[in-house]
Amino acid sequence: MSARYFGAAVTRLEDARLLAGKGQYVDDIELPGMLHAAFVRASFAHGRIRSIDTSDALAMPGVAAIYTMADFEDIAHGPMPPMAPHPLLKTPITYHPLANTEVRHVGEAIAIVLADSRAKAEDAAAAVVLDIEYLPAVSDATLACDANSPRAHSQHTSNIAATMKAGFGDTAAVFAKADHVLTEHFDIHRGGCHSMECRGVVAHIDLLTGALTISTSSQSPYMVRRHLAGYLKRDENDIRVMTPDVGGGFGPKANVYAEEFAVALAVIKCRRPVKWIEDRQEHFVATTQQRGQTWTLDVAFDNDGRMHAIRGRCIHDNGAYAPYGLILPATALASFPGPYALEALDLSLDVVLTNLVPTSPVRGACRPNVAFLLERLADRIARHLGIDRQEVRRRSFVRADQMPYSTGMKARDGSPISYDSGDYVGALNLVLDEIDAANFPARRNEAKQRGKLRGLGIASCVEDTGLGPFEGASVRVTPAGKVVIASGASSQGQGHRTAFAQIAADVLGVELEDVTIETADTAKFPLGISTIASRIAVTAGSSVQLAAHKVRAKAIAFASHQLEVDEHDLELAGGAVHVKGIPDMKIKLSEIARTLSGNTGMPMPGDMEPDLAATAYFNSNALTFAYGANACEVEVDPDTGDIRVVRYVVVHDCGRMINPMIVDGQIRGGVVHGIGNALFERMIHDEEGQPLTTTYGDYLLPMASEMPRIEIHHMETPSPRNPIGVKGAGEGGTIPAAACVISAVEDALGPNGPFIALHPISPQQVVTWLDRN
Amino acid sequence: MTERSVSFTLNGEQREAKVDPRTHLGDFLRHSLGLTGTHLGCEHGVCGACTVIVDGAPVRSCLMLAVQIEGSVVETVEGLGNPDSLSTLQQAFVTNHGLQCGFCTPGMLMTLEAYLRSTPMPTERDVRIAISGNICRCTGYEGIVQAALDVAATRADRT
Ligand code: FES
Ligand code: FES
Repeated sequence: MSARYFGAAVTRLEDARLLAGKGQYVDDIELPGMLHAAFVRASFAHGRIRSIDTSDALAMPGVAAIYTMADFEDIAHGPMPPMAPHPLLKTPITYHPLANTEVRHVGEAIAIVLADSRAKAEDAAAAVVLDIEYLPAVSDATLACDANSPRAHSQHTSNIAATMKAGFGDTAAVFAKADHVLTEHFDIHRGGCHSMECRGVVAHIDLLTGALTISTSSQSPYMVRRHLAGYLKRDENDIRVMTPDVGGGFGPKANVYAEEFAVALAVIKCRRPVKWIEDRQEHFVATTQQRGQTWTLDVAFDNDGRMHAIRGRCIHDNGAYAPYGLILPATALASFPGPYALEALDLSLDVVLTNLVPTSPVRGACRPNVAFLLERLADRIARHLGIDRQEVRRRSFVRADQMPYSTGMKARDGSPISYDSGDYVGALNLVLDEIDAANFPARRNEAKQRGKLRGLGIASCVEDTGLGPFEGASVRVTPAGKVVIASGASSQGQGHRTAFAQIAADVLGVELEDVTIETADTAKFPLGISTIASRIAVTAGSSVQLAAHKVRAKAIAFASHQLEVDEHDLELAGGAVHVKGIPDMKIKLSEIARTLSGNTGMPMPGDMEPDLAATAYFNSNALTFAYGANACEVEVDPDTGDIRVVRYVVVHDCGRMINPMIVDGQIRGGVVHGIGNALFERMIHDEEGQPLTTTYGDYLLPMASEMPRIEIHHMETPSPRNPIGVKGAGEGGTIPAAACVISAVEDALGPNGPFIALHPISPQQVVTWLDRN
Repeated sequence: MTERSVSFTLNGEQREAKVDPRTHLGDFLRHSLGLTGTHLGCEHGVCGACTVIVDGAPVRSCLMLAVQIEGSVVETVEGLGNPDSLSTLQQAFVTNHGLQCGFCTPGMLMTLEAYLRSTPMPTERDVRIAISGNICRCTGYEGIVQAALDVAATRADRT
């Protein structure tokens, strides 16, 4: 079997219909008799609901129904089930589908209004009269730790929902004998998700099957089904969840949301199809946000700049609820020690509730935070000792000859974390070569002539990918000779269809165009987990490969029986099984599929099992570790504080690449997300928890005019931990990017400039720093 | 509110329709005419996903009322090409991986379509400024920019 497609930068099968405006996103779905939903939402951050008066609103034209939590009492009640229960969270901290007694952040849904148009539903939502008793709110996670702080949940005795620990080695001993110890405080700001398509749900009851049928803009259709079935006490088979085309996910759409439940409950109640489409303002106050944390870290290192140990404490702003359990804070601890070979580590993290929108993983989860911390510390050590930044890294990184390398950390199941493969120093050297670091001083001088401050930044990272337990796939050849792949893995633009087709087409000797994909419809494939954590290439990709091989073996067995040729003398190509060296002695796959579809009254040939099809589940039992080294150059205008990223170079290793074009696309988008975190994206709240940046005029996203080209160089170390040798690539661009940009800005501001331990940074901030010099 | 009638040209066809005066052009195209290729990403005029071409100029359909298109020539993504016969610009998006989720794509296409008609030989900087009112969260913009530059280069070759 020769690889024709695997590894080739083939263009995407997804593109033509999306480009022609023929995509089917959730808001494109119209059902007969469909009602449109709008939510009544909390307008302040903390309050007790005294009463909800819907009478005026109900009388408005076109309004069909208005429901509060109390109206659902006969169907279901109580808080939503937690998506990821954790032993440290004794009681789950999840939303009710609609708030019943207390609202805990601006934007929390209180009532659902159904009308014959969205405009009318919104008008009526504004006419619902709420009597809410004001309760003091807390919007700052550090202040929330104070014993006298208001509580985010009035019934709690503390805002600290859990304290998580991680580490290894004898930290005290390593610190005691270290040549140097430094302590730094870091502040990493929360931002938003901002998939260009907001969330949305269309639900109805299928008249044929009676199933509650839901189309949702989600990364986790199977989780929606599982948790909704649990909540409604129904069999999973009575609920069908599909994801149509999804306009970006980036993590937040992996949550199961209150609105999904509320729409489902409303459909059960009113027996009509209901559509809810989140608008952008709602997205700012009701879709989970990203990774706000503060850290205090001590680092122990020697005179050569070799990093030996880290200890630290984190305050993690979890927002008002923990719908996703402790997954996000857990990724912060699990990302240590990154590429560094440490002797000891001692971390403690407080998960703190505030009256803000909950946080959950966004592209990279807390891995970008940890890359920021470690890379900033490496730069800090270099500055302290007056040595090159890269030397600290070369001396402190895990070496290629140490692979596989046990970091000292433990996985969620208690097994030791071990990096499977990689060359971190090699990646750093390569990126420095590619950006031509040796001649950087000349470029700095040239910029100076133009009145600009130019800086060089570097940052590396290691990324755990391929999170278990599995995604499955089935591969089936139809009597027309087409290959249909079904999988539970939903797609939000990653090009799964193309990548899966590349894998299957090679194994089965068919053309790419002959492969179609059915994903993320719980009626088409029995099980699925979620498209998160850069796991789909590893999990579903491997399953496609395994299933396709089973189909191949079956086709060969069939042909061997029919042609009376030994199986070893057969191969697949051109949509047929043929005798090696004699292309004309063949049986087409379509013919095999047709025969294996059965003929009335005729026995199956060779007593074979019917259907030219197979299903496989690849259990991803050990993580695969992708890694990368980035370098960038920025120019700072000393008068305005304006920061331009003028060059950005990525060296990345995600193992074997199924499609390098898609991998590059993931990396580019990821880097730009990270540049946004470093320089633009600022979700501001006042001390009462009121969001102040809820339009794209106030909340800045990276735009084409501010972005550089992203140059990418690959190293390809195949992972030994799955049959196709891949590692994930969805988040590796984002993880080191903010650290890299900040490193460059700090370098630009010169030796008298500040140690920059926060992001995003603004032009105003830069000017203030320069004035201080 | 009483509905108004509007007559306009849509993707080359003369059309008449009734419209509620408060309906914006984006909703009108999507929900009254069923042309769901035009997407709404912010509904406050910043993301550019909803861009269509009205009388030759790129317009944010979330900021224009449908009643305002009386007598106008409107072009949407559906008028550019079909899945099996994509326009040069659409094809350049395929070749350069100018889209991932595809949500910003119709707005990008219409912005660039209008731009390239009036600016046949842009620089990379020009293209970046031309789409600086269109947000893409997926691609990092590079494939989109390259697609536009490729189209400009091919057109220049031909003349
Ligand atoms: S939807 Fe019109 S600019 Fe965003
Ligand atoms: S392709 Fe997803 S927003 Fe641009």
